[in-house]
Amino acid sequence: MNYFVIGYYALLIGASCLAAFYGKKSAFLLLFSLTLVSFIVGIIGGETWLWNITIAAGVIALCAGTAYAFREFLVIVTPYETSKALAKAPLTASFGLFVIMTYLIAGVFAPVIAPFGEAEVISQSYAPADENMLMGADQLGRDLFSRLVYGARNTVGLAFIATTLAFLAGTIAGLLAATRGGWFDQAMGRLADVIMSIPSLIFALLMLSIFGTNLSVLVIIVAIIYSPRVFRLTRAVAGNIVVMDYIEAARLRGEGMWYLVRKEILPNSTAPLIAEFGLEFCFVFLLIAGLSFLGLGIQPPTADWGSMVRDNATLISFGEITPLIPAAAIALLTVAVNFVVDWMLYRSSGLKE
Amino acid sequence: MTEKKKEVLLQIKGLRIEGYSDDKWTEIVHGVDLTLHRGEVMGLIGESGAGKSTIGLAAMGFARDGCRISGGSVEFDGMELTTTPERDRRALRGSRIAYVAQSAAASFNPAHRLIDQHTETPTHYRIMKRMESQEDAMQLYERLRLPNPQEIGFRYPHQVSGGQLQRAMTAMAMACRPDLIIFDEPTTALDVTTQIEVLLAIRDIVEQFNTAAIYITHDLAVVAQMADTIKVLLKGNEVEESDTRSMLANPREDYTKSLWAVRSFQRDQKTRPTGDVAPVVSVQNVDAAYGKTKVLDNVSFDIHAGMTVAVVGESGSGKSTTARCITGLLPPTKGKVLFKGEELPASYKSRSKEQLRQAQMIYQMADTALNPKVRICDIIGRPAQFYSGLKGGELKSRVDELLDMIELEPSKYYYRYPTELSGGQKQRIGIARALAANPTFIICDEVTSALDQLVAEGILKLLDRLQKELNLAYMFITHDLATVRSIADEVVVMKQGQVVEQGPKDEMFTPPHHPYTDLLLSSVPEMDPDWLSRVVDERGVDNIGEAADTSA
Repeated sequence: MNYFVIGYYALLIGASCLAAFYGKKSAFLLLFSLTLVSFIVGIIGGETWLWNITIAAGVIALCAGTAYAFREFLVIVTPYETSKALAKAPLTASFGLFVIMTYLIAGVFAPVIAPFGEAEVISQSYAPADENMLMGADQLGRDLFSRLVYGARNTVGLAFIATTLAFLAGTIAGLLAATRGGWFDQAMGRLADVIMSIPSLIFALLMLSIFGTNLSVLVIIVAIIYSPRVFRLTRAVAGNIVVMDYIEAARLRGEGMWYLVRKEILPNSTAPLIAEFGLEFCFVFLLIAGLSFLGLGIQPPTADWGSMVRDNATLISFGEITPLIPAAAIALLTVAVNFVVDWMLYRSSGLKE
Repeated sequence: MTEKKKEVLLQIKGLRIEGYSDDKWTEIVHGVDLTLHRGEVMGLIGESGAGKSTIGLAAMGFARDGCRISGGSVEFDGMELTTTPERDRRALRGSRIAYVAQSAAASFNPAHRLIDQHTETPTHYRIMKRMESQEDAMQLYERLRLPNPQEIGFRYPHQVSGGQLQRAMTAMAMACRPDLIIFDEPTTALDVTTQIEVLLAIRDIVEQFNTAAIYITHDLAVVAQMADTIKVLLKGNEVEESDTRSMLANPREDYTKSLWAVRSFQRDQKTRPTGDVAPVVSVQNVDAAYGKTKVLDNVSFDIHAGMTVAVVGESGSGKSTTARCITGLLPPTKGKVLFKGEELPASYKSRSKEQLRQAQMIYQMADTALNPKVRICDIIGRPAQFYSGLKGGELKSRVDELLDMIELEPSKYYYRYPTELSGGQKQRIGIARALAANPTFIICDEVTSALDQLVAEGILKLLDRLQKELNLAYMFITHDLATVRSIADEVVVMKQGQVVEQGPKDEMFTPPHHPYTDLLLSSVPEMDPDWLSRVVDERGVDNIGEAADTSA
C-alpha cells in the first residue's frame, strides 16, 4: 500500500458517495462499478494496472474536455442556425469534428508541418526516436512523423475524391431513376445489382491488374464500386419524395426534370445523403488503405498509411509499436467520422424525443 | 338516463399538462376539471390544439412523448392515476379503460388478423380464455352489426372496409368490458354514409354495457348525437360545460356561440350565363381506369366561368380521379376534356405551358402539398416566375400582392418555411400558389376537410372573395355536404365512377332527388340531438348505410 493506491480508492469512493448523495444515478453507477472493478484489478495486477486505469481515465477525460471546449468554440464562431444545432450536439460528435479538423489541417499544411520531405532519407533504417525524429525512422530511414503527416494528405485526399465521385454518380443516377421511373429506373437498378454482386476487393484487384496501378484508375474503380450503394439509398429516399403532392404540383406546372430534381427533391433528401457520405467515406478509406497494404494502391515513395503499416510490419515482432501508429491514425479517423455521422443520422431521423 | 348518473367514475381536478418544445416546457392544458359518472358519455369539443386528445389520454394517466402531467389530479374509480406507479396504470389500460383512435387503419397491426388482436388483451389479463374471448368477439361483432360476424374476425385489417375496421376497433375496446372508453375522433376520417353506421354502433354498444365514454371530436353535430354532456375547450382552457340539450339550445359563452354559428356561411347561388358561351371546362363522356380496373364510367359535366361546381360522393366514387383526368395526370381511356371549347391533350406532358397555367390545383393536405424545404416567397414566386417571367423587384411585389390577397402579412411571412405556419395558413399558401399562375380554373380537392371548422370557414370565405374578384371557376371536390351548401352553384353527385345526378344547388337540395343523393343528404348529422334516432326509425337499423343500394 502506498499513497497512490490509497488516494486512488479514496477519490473513487468519495466521488461515488457524492454522486449518490446528489442523486446522479448514472454517474454513481459508473463511478462505483469502476471502484469495484479496481478492487479486482488491483488485487490481480497490482499498482501498475491501477496506473493504467488512471491514465486511460485521464485520456478519456482529456478528450471529453477537448470536445467540450471545441464545441463551445464552434458555437461562438459559427452563424446562428449552425450554432443552435451544434449547441445540442453530443460530446462524441464534437470530438469527431475536432479530429477531422486536425486531419484536415495536417493534410492541407503538410509541407509546413512535416519537418522532412516524405521521400527524404535522413537516417538509418528503423532508427529509434530522437530529438530530430519524433517517432523514429521507417525501413528506409525516412522520418515516420513526416510520412504520417503527408499520408493524411494522400490517403484522406484520395478517399475524399473517390467518395465524392461515387456520390456524384450515385446521387444523379438515383434521383433520375426515382423521378423518371420506367425503363431507365430498371436499367440503372440492374446495373447496380451487377456491380454489387461482385465482391469489392476482388473487383478492385482485377481492375487494377488489368488497367495498371495509377491514381486515376484507382479513384475511378473505387468510385464505381461504391456508387451503387449511394444509388440505392438515393433512389429509396427520392422515391418517398416523388409521390408527394408538391412534386405533382410542380409537374403540373410543367417544370422540367432538372428543376424537379434540383429544387424539389434534392433539398428534401440531403440529410440522409450527408450521413451516408460519412459512412461511405470510411469504407472507401479502408478499401484504399487495404489496397495500399496489398501493394496495389498508392505507389511508393508516396506516403500512405496503408502501405506504411505493411512496410513496418516486421517491427511488430520486436515489440515495437511503430507499425501500429499509421493503423491507429486510420482507426481514429474512422471512429471520428462515425461519431459525426451518428449525430447527423440522429438529427435527420427524427429520433429526437 | 338520470338514474345511471349516481356513481362518479372519473374525476379530474385542475389538470395541467406541459409540452416540451424549443428546449423548454410550455403549459398546454391550464387546469381543467372534469367529472364523469358511470354510464355517462361526455363530448369534448374544440379546435385542434385545444387539448382535447391530451386530456383524453390524461384520463388514462398517460402523457404522450414530450408531454408531462405537471399538476392536478386524475382519480379513476377511487384510484389516483398521477401518483400510481406506471405498472399499475398499465394494468388499467385495455382492461378497465380503453381507447379508440381516429384512424383504425393505422392503429391495427396489418400483420395480424382482427380476432388475434381482439383476444390479445383479455387473454393477457387472464380475464377470458382464448376460445371464450373469440366467442365473445363474434357476439360483439354481431351487436355492432358487422357483416358475417362469425367469419370477419379471421380477416386481416386490409381486407375489411374503413367503417368496418372502426367498428371492429370499438369491439376490441369492449373486449374486457371496460368502465370507460375514450373515443378520439372515431368518425372524422369516414364519409357520411359510413359515419352514420359507426355512430349508431358506438351509441348502442355504449348504452348496452352501461359504459362511460369520453367522445372527442370537432364535429358538433356528431357530438350532439352521442353525448349526454358537452364540454367546450379552447387552447387548454374550459369554456363551458352543460348537458347536450341545453348547450345546443342556449350556449352561454361567445366562443361556443361562434362554434355553433360556423355552418351559417352561405352565399348567393349564381346561374349559368345565358346564350351560347363555351364553358371553361367541359368533361365529355370520360372513361378512366387504373390498370384494368375501371374507375370512371361515362362522366360528363360542364363548369362555367365564375362558378363553383361541387363534386360530391363517398370515398372511392371517382371524384379525385375525375380531377386527375382534367389535369392530365391520368389520361382518360375514352372521351375528352374541353377547355374553353378547345380539346386538351390527354396527358399533361403534351400540354402547352399556357394550357397548364390556366388550370391550377389546391390540395387536401397542405403539409404534403408544400415543399418543406422551400421558403414561402419561393413557393409562391415560382409559378409567377415560371409563367410570366417576372424577376427581382417585380417578382417580389407580385408575391407581396398575392400574400395580401390571401390575408397574410407579407413582411411577416415572406421568408418563412411552411413548417412554421399553422394548418390554415399553409392552406392559404396553397391557394396563393395556385393564384400566382393567374388561372381561370382551380380544382379544390377536399381543401377544407383537414381543417377545423372556424379555419375552414375562413378558407371558404377567402375562396369566395377571390372568385368574385378574379372571376375564377372552381371544381370543388368534397364529401362534406355542409361545405357544398355554403359555396356551390352547381352540384355533381358521383357514385362508383358514374354521375348519378347533377344540376343547380337549389334543385339538388330540394326533393325529389336521386335515392343516392337522398341518402347522402340525410346522412349528414344535424344539430338536433334526436336526429340519429329519427334516421334509424326511418331507415331501419340494418340498412342504415345501404339504403341507396337497395333502392337504386
